[in-house]
Amino acid sequence: MTAETIIQSLASGLLMGLLYGLIAAGLALIFGLMDVVNFAHGEFLMIAMYATFFLFAFFALDPLLAAPLVAAALFVFGALVYLLVVRFAVRAKANAGMVQIFSTFGLAIVMRGLAQYFFTPDYRSITHSWLGGKTISISGIFLPVPQLAGAVVSIAAFAALYFFIHSTDFGRALEATREDAGAVALVGIDKNRVFALGWGLGAALVGLAGAIMAIFFYVYPDVGASFALIAYVTVALGGFGSVFGAFAGGIIVGLVEASTALILPPSLKSVGIYAVYLLVVFIRPRGLFGSL
Amino acid sequence: MDTSFAQRRRRDLIIAACCAVAAALVPLFVKDVYIQNIMVLTLMYAALSQSWNILSGYCGQISLGHALYFGLGAYTTALLFTKFGVLPWFGMFAGGVISALIAMALGYPCFRLRGHYFVIATIVIAETALLLFQNWDWAGAALGIDIPVRRDSWLYFQFTRSKLPYFYFALALACVAWLVTWWLEDSKWGFWWRAVKDNPDAAESLGVVVFDSKMGAAAVSAFLTAVGGSFYAQFVSYIDPESVMGFQFSLLMALPAVLGGIGTLWGPVLGAVVLIPLTELTRSYIGGSGRGVDLIVYGALIVAISLARPEGLIGLFSRGHPKEPAR
Repeated sequence: MTAETIIQSLASGLLMGLLYGLIAAGLALIFGLMDVVNFAHGEFLMIAMYATFFLFAFFALDPLLAAPLVAAALFVFGALVYLLVVRFAVRAKANAGMVQIFSTFGLAIVMRGLAQYFFTPDYRSITHSWLGGKTISISGIFLPVPQLAGAVVSIAAFAALYFFIHSTDFGRALEATREDAGAVALVGIDKNRVFALGWGLGAALVGLAGAIMAIFFYVYPDVGASFALIAYVTVALGGFGSVFGAFAGGIIVGLVEASTALILPPSLKSVGIYAVYLLVVFIRPRGLFGSL
Repeated sequence: MDTSFAQRRRRDLIIAACCAVAAALVPLFVKDVYIQNIMVLTLMYAALSQSWNILSGYCGQISLGHALYFGLGAYTTALLFTKFGVLPWFGMFAGGVISALIAMALGYPCFRLRGHYFVIATIVIAETALLLFQNWDWAGAALGIDIPVRRDSWLYFQFTRSKLPYFYFALALACVAWLVTWWLEDSKWGFWWRAVKDNPDAAESLGVVVFDSKMGAAAVSAFLTAVGGSFYAQFVSYIDPESVMGFQFSLLMALPAVLGGIGTLWGPVLGAVVLIPLTELTRSYIGGSGRGVDLIVYGALIVAISLARPEGLIGLFSRGHPKEPAR
């Protein structure tokens, strides 16, 4: 193993990690807002990937151009999921935690079933997109262009999110609602509206990630499941509720995955991620940046 | 109050005995192998969900990684039999003990975690075990283990001609899991677990040894789950990592209890009796080959029940007694 291969895999790991961060950002945002883990998060990613695929297949729209459209569609979808399902789940008087887990999980199964029904279980992929299959070389290190674009989009999205949360009225309403949902009602903020917009925003972020993923990854009904666990680990590693913890968590997960693949057989590369998660929470039970 | 509690427990025992006798008589009238197969699975999931319910329902430590113990039970039995010729009955016991020990070893660091951090740790540990088994050549790696058929007998716990012996064993297993829960519910442990679930800090301050009671719940729960896994290995006679340790098993074990009524004595039984036949029937009648309709029905059912009956289906039966907590 030469120094070059190590740098090469760490560089790809970093790019992938930034994308993991983007996938996980919406999950962290929603959790931070209302303490709900969306167990259908992977399926949100899946439909975003399908949307990108079909925009490409039917309208020859490149994933890069489709990304904003997909994000907008996912925004509407996320808000609807809150209004139609989650709103009722958080109202449950008994077993609130369980109801949230299993109502969003049931939704995930329905979405997977619908995808199988309408799109068949076939693996699909986007061929001949602008970026697909291209690599660039920076001083001897080859970087895949789609992942590089994903990393740029991820950094831009986190920067925009930071600006949004700290400098807009809605961002402040979001922060206030997460601090104390009861008190914001007293100053005339509609809690349900903020939650719905939060779910929309969270879904839009994963929509963006899905559009990029569709450039270089197969699209199939179960694709979300493979990334959902990584997203949960990413969020938990950073500390539930901390959106920027998800950014850091994503980078760590990407680097750990790449380093594990250097040492262990590729089929075991997730073991490293899981081991690091366990190690971190055993030392810091609320993740790296999690508060109470 | 005391007498009514004792009465209710006696009533539960009588109802359970009646149900068990009635279930035991069903095969006299139902000869269809397909239906018998569904009945075996229903009883197995009732037992598994009852075991899961001890740790996650009563003690409140939500595990979505119980497939680990199920898989360990299945693998211990299958490996001991195929590699060393050890009878499945010893394998079953060994699998249970190994799982209980591993549950305690894992519980030692994990029980400090709370909420979602704990849930994700359980998923991650089971997934790690799945990956390790998939790469463990001696144990058949991803291809799994074919359990060779010796002859139909209780000695080898193998029956190729009739499903009935499996049916009676699954019934016995469901009864044992129910009885263990029934007995624990009224023991010191049962009260400790409910206290730990409701408010661990308050429980600790009142002298409940929170950590020990979680460990106890984990050990009992893992032992029974592993016995279920051993049974499954004998029942299907072929196992591979994905089919006994996959994430879907962790969910399938949790669902009957959640839908029937989590942390209740009858919830897992009720949930399994409703859910398992329904999923098997939708799969064979409208499922078709991978069209996903069964998933749509199944998922919609989970969403509908968890939103409409957060306390589980058991809530339908306790309406008349608003003061009596659902059990």
